[in-house]
Amino acid sequence: MPTFEYAPAPESRDVARVRSAYSLFINGEFVEPTDGRRFKTVSPASEEVLAEVAQAGEEDVDRAVAAARQAYDRIWSPMPGRERAKYLYRIARIIQERARELAVLESLDNGKPIRESRDVDIPLVAAHFFYYAGWADKLQYAGLGADPRPLGVAAQVIPWNFPLLMLAWKIAPALACGNTVVLKPAETTPLTALVFAEICQQAELPPGVVNILTGDGETGQALVTHDGVDKVAFTGSTEVGKAIARSVAGTHKHVTLELGGKAANIVFEDAPLDQAVEGIVNGIFFNQGHVCCAGSRLLVQESIYTDVLSRLKRRMGTLRVGDPLDKNTDVGAINSPQQLAKIRMLSDVGESEGADRWSAPCELPEHGYWFPPTIFTGVSQAHRIAREEIFGPVLSVLTFRTPAEAVEKANNTPYGLSAGVWTDKGSRILWMADKLRAGVVWANTFNQFDPASPFGGFKESGYGREGGRHGLSAYLSGARA
Amino acid sequence: MTRLAVRKTYKLFVGGAFPRSESGRSYAVYDAEGAFLANAALASRKDARDAVVAARKAFGGWSGRTAHNRGQILYRIAEMLEGRRSQFVDEVAAGEGLDRDRAQGVVDESIDRWVWYAGWADKVAQVVGASNPVAGPYFDFSVPEPTGVVAVVAPQDSSLLGLVSVVAPVIVTGNTCVVLASERHPLPAITLAEVLATSDLPGGVINILTGNAAEVAPWLASHMDVNALDLTGVDDQAQAADLERAAADNLKRVTRPPVRRPDWTADPGLDRLTAYLETKTVWHPIGI
Repeated sequence: MPTFEYAPAPESRDVARVRSAYSLFINGEFVEPTDGRRFKTVSPASEEVLAEVAQAGEEDVDRAVAAARQAYDRIWSPMPGRERAKYLYRIARIIQERARELAVLESLDNGKPIRESRDVDIPLVAAHFFYYAGWADKLQYAGLGADPRPLGVAAQVIPWNFPLLMLAWKIAPALACGNTVVLKPAETTPLTALVFAEICQQAELPPGVVNILTGDGETGQALVTHDGVDKVAFTGSTEVGKAIARSVAGTHKHVTLELGGKAANIVFEDAPLDQAVEGIVNGIFFNQGHVCCAGSRLLVQESIYTDVLSRLKRRMGTLRVGDPLDKNTDVGAINSPQQLAKIRMLSDVGESEGADRWSAPCELPEHGYWFPPTIFTGVSQAHRIAREEIFGPVLSVLTFRTPAEAVEKANNTPYGLSAGVWTDKGSRILWMADKLRAGVVWANTFNQFDPASPFGGFKESGYGREGGRHGLSAYLSGARA
Repeated sequence: MTRLAVRKTYKLFVGGAFPRSESGRSYAVYDAEGAFLANAALASRKDARDAVVAARKAFGGWSGRTAHNRGQILYRIAEMLEGRRSQFVDEVAAGEGLDRDRAQGVVDESIDRWVWYAGWADKVAQVVGASNPVAGPYFDFSVPEPTGVVAVVAPQDSSLLGLVSVVAPVIVTGNTCVVLASERHPLPAITLAEVLATSDLPGGVINILTGNAAEVAPWLASHMDVNALDLTGVDDQAQAADLERAAADNLKRVTRPPVRRPDWTADPGLDRLTAYLETKTVWHPIGI
């Protein structure tokens, strides 16, 4: 049988319209940072500098919080819900209209495959705004009381793995409920948030309702610890999440945290194996494994271990790693040199602790930050690669004999964000779902997201939910008073 | 010499097309001052039955769409309504005898009402559905599902806002419908049909008939392939009771005419959404 090579199929980067420099977005306008500091954002696939962005300092945080406060008091919170809804519908529509531009820009800045940014990230972003737009004039039906009230100014800090999607998860419900926001995108992926600021202008969103501050961890800290904010919403590492939880102690601030995970993906012997293997691959290699709910611990029933492993390796051999803008690419670039170093370090620890490493045979590009899809076998529960979040394309494989043992192992983690169960038996899916201490359980599927579906963790994966009716309670109060 | 206007023929809207009445009949429509506006189609029993066939045919596809997709399409309809705002203002002002400001208010409210219902598409299940904590090893949950084909007698006085307020809640959950427009003021309904025809709404989801409710409604009320009946626009109490009685033959869900003249600008609440929903409860065992 002849085999055909893939021809390059790159998406044009021109549509992204990258500018050489970007400013802060405060009170409806693009403004320079007070102290004039700037930093560069690079394409992780090529190490090419994409643009210079502003480093917001404490004075900028003050300005942005003040703008958000004024917009909250004077315009946004008194506005009838149905008018707020119409602004959010406008934003949703503009995102749909500018979808390809945003997808290409996201892939350039983040390193994720265009297939994912185009087919997953951006459509979900638009859908999220669309969904929460519809709630803005229906809050009295959300089951949170007859007249739920917004919290005030929300400080929102988001990660680099799904830059615009995490922005949507934060901003859409906050605005729908009548809050105003100051959002800080991740240091390595600021660009789509800045285009979102433009979209707010096109939608004629009143000034100050959305403010975007680019910067690093210091900016984020200044923002979440600012006295003028009423709500802190953070997605990122458990370590930073705990620091935020400490910092708000003794204040009036509301907090929701969406943090790390070490999800078990549990495959029973009666599972449809080809589907399960697709699910395993999707669970850990989607978005280079830069997914807080990634299925990074594979738990396979002992009787099918050899079979699953050989099917998995064969499938991993077909993954195409490379240019994020190529439409045939499955696995893109690691987002930053720091993250690459962390993945390498933990993988080395995996080997030195006695696990066996196997990487898919693939050629990695010369420039940029890359790590091949990798699995570790012979992993014990005590190994660091079975306990710590690697946040990369690295899967630890463990085995189990009984459902009870699978539950025991799956729950043996401080995290509790997600889990996967693969079996043909419906009653077992529900039994497992009952026992798993995780905020999302996927059965015979993995990494599914929808604006109508609540997402968030148990235990040290954080608290609060994003998505669905439940996501509203993160931005409303007074209801239960 | 001033240019002579090209007038529009107002026809029915059935299965996504604009047929004349098969009966070949029409009736004159006048403005509030009694001046002639247009001839509207006078729908017959056969037109009503054709419309039910079209609604039934569309039901499987429409109810099978994702809630998100239905929401997108309803929102698109609102966008198209906004685009024809001035045309609706003219028709509502002429037909209902409102001054321009009030007519504008009515049209704006109609558009916003449509947007409000559009948002319910992917939310109503989270408000009226439930997982049920039964005392046994079962996962038990209830979801709302559309009732089916709904026949609607639209309000007689409020020719656009009233119409929108009774039609949007029927279709947003996945029902399809046959609507009898306001007899005296049918023109905004046909203009609405032109909006629907250009909004990605599948043909047959909304079918609009103009004519005499007293003549056509009994055929819909007794039609065995109609699942629900909204009598909001039936002003005669005795006639409404007759229709309700006929509807009992296949246990149609019936919405009775309002006791008091409704304020269509008020918050509609969930009644019209839930009136045409069935609750489906699913049990599944939990165990190893």
